[in-house]
Amino acid sequence: MSELERQALTLSLQVALAAVLLALPVALALAWALGRGRFFGKAVLEAVVNLPLVLPPVVIGYALLVSFGRHGWPGRWLSDTFGLQFVFTFRGAVLAAAVMALPLMVRAIRQALEAVDAGLEAAARTLGASRLRVFATVTLPLMAPGLLSGAVLGFAASLGEFGATITFVSNVPGETQTLPLAIYSALQQPGGDAAAARLVMWSVLLALGALGLAQWAHRRVQRWLGQST
Amino acid sequence: MIDVDLTIARAAFTVQARIALPAHGITAVIGRSGSGKSTLLQAMAGLLKPTRGRFSMHGQRLFDSSDGTDVPPQRRAFGVVFQEGRLFPHLSVRGNLLFGDRLSNRPPGPAFADVVDLLGIGDLLSRRPHLLSGGERQRVAIGRALLSRPRALLMDEPLASLDPPRRHELLGYLAALPQRYGLPVIYVTHQMDEVLRLADQVVVLNDGRTVACGPALDVLGNIDLQPMIGRFEAGSVLAGTLAEQHGDWQLSGVDVAGQRIIVPHIDAPLGTSVRLRVRARDVALQREAQPSSASNRLAGHVLQVLDRDGPYSIVELALSRPGADPTPRAGETLWALVTRRSVHSMRLAPGADVVAVFKAVAVEGRSVAAFRASPPDGL
Repeated sequence: MSELERQALTLSLQVALAAVLLALPVALALAWALGRGRFFGKAVLEAVVNLPLVLPPVVIGYALLVSFGRHGWPGRWLSDTFGLQFVFTFRGAVLAAAVMALPLMVRAIRQALEAVDAGLEAAARTLGASRLRVFATVTLPLMAPGLLSGAVLGFAASLGEFGATITFVSNVPGETQTLPLAIYSALQQPGGDAAAARLVMWSVLLALGALGLAQWAHRRVQRWLGQST
Repeated sequence: MIDVDLTIARAAFTVQARIALPAHGITAVIGRSGSGKSTLLQAMAGLLKPTRGRFSMHGQRLFDSSDGTDVPPQRRAFGVVFQEGRLFPHLSVRGNLLFGDRLSNRPPGPAFADVVDLLGIGDLLSRRPHLLSGGERQRVAIGRALLSRPRALLMDEPLASLDPPRRHELLGYLAALPQRYGLPVIYVTHQMDEVLRLADQVVVLNDGRTVACGPALDVLGNIDLQPMIGRFEAGSVLAGTLAEQHGDWQLSGVDVAGQRIIVPHIDAPLGTSVRLRVRARDVALQREAQPSSASNRLAGHVLQVLDRDGPYSIVELALSRPGADPTPRAGETLWALVTRRSVHSMRLAPGADVVAVFKAVAVEGRSVAAFRASPPDGL
């Protein structure tokens, strides 16, 4: 494995993991709001969450660049207050991947939430549990398979993310150059086919490994819930 | 006291319930399906918000629309047992049983070992709910409710999903609860055998309205309520004590109003309180005792004669107590469905002495129950 390959591979894993960790709590909150909430503007929120699914990724990347760059107010605020830079950085790659993965994760988690038997939650309340307690001790455990699928989907989407990333944080080896971007760069160079093919092979292995792990984890969770398949 | 005055508007119907009963023993809430029994129970548990009214128990106000009182379910301290058990699939039986115990800051309640022992679930503690049978699941659900240290139990047809042997077995556990733990139980059902076996008090709901509430024998003995009690044919409930066992014949003798009634065998010690239900159509009337193959011939006098649809009348009679005053007591009146022609030819009118005749086989297994009285002191 060449240094470039190793770099792209570990960076891809790091970006995908970080993106899932960043997006998971947000996705859970959004799934809760959309699945259980009743408030004004719910349809608008739902549309906004799903934008990354329907817009070209380049558009999302551009929107991120505009808002989290030096001239957008969220970007300027984060930079002035916490010293956080996004453009051309690993952090920006994570943000791009998380935004792109978010709608898929929200969808999976929301389905899991809606599948939770409200009768069990009611029973928990009669046993003395507050709403928060019911969520932590009944709802969340019963949603575990959905949370897992959401995380797996988000991870897969992050591994494959290309358009938003290259638009927002460019293609910096070791900083923002994940596997898809590395493949793209290799193809741009004369005689880069062999290098690209090796990177493709690593992508396939990574994807298969992640899928296998996800299936194993899913079986464990199902057995734990007594929903043996 | 159980003090209910609630209006609960639902999409399809409205429940208007008024109940004022002492909070002790088992209070059965009965009525046809769709009469609003479960809706009322949900509202009492705090799982469904009534439109208006008030509800208090043991003197504590739990809901009052006039000042916005609405105690959330987790602070009502009711142990609720649902029809489907509703055990948490991600927890073991032990985890389910301890779920409420761990959380509630309620006063101490039944001990874990005692409840596990009473319900016979000691061998199941490490199992997951999906590996339990229906009867086991409901026993765990009852245990879980008891161990949440409740001040009362609310049960919504807890036996409805079980097959007859399991139902019979669980009835015994349920009958023991009020005495053992001093907990009042509100028990929604549409099974008459459960009412006979368990109920100290009865509330009748009809089309969402409470049409009666009071001591079980008074309510069940009210002939006007018969059409509302459910899909049962009219039948009177007699209360007595188990007086003899005919082991060879598999029959038992029950004394009601000082007269012996022979019924199919009841498995209980002598002296046990027994309730039995005799369908009005199974009772024949004679003016004086004549030979008959029917086991039961009871002396009584006519209280009233009511016309029914078609050629029928229903005759209500009080069983005579030898040498006692003639005022009818709860659980000592019998109904007979006869033709109007018989009423005419036998000159059946209030005060007339009659002999009521019915076969022992008319009182089949589900119509006779050993009833365990609850402690007399209320809570």
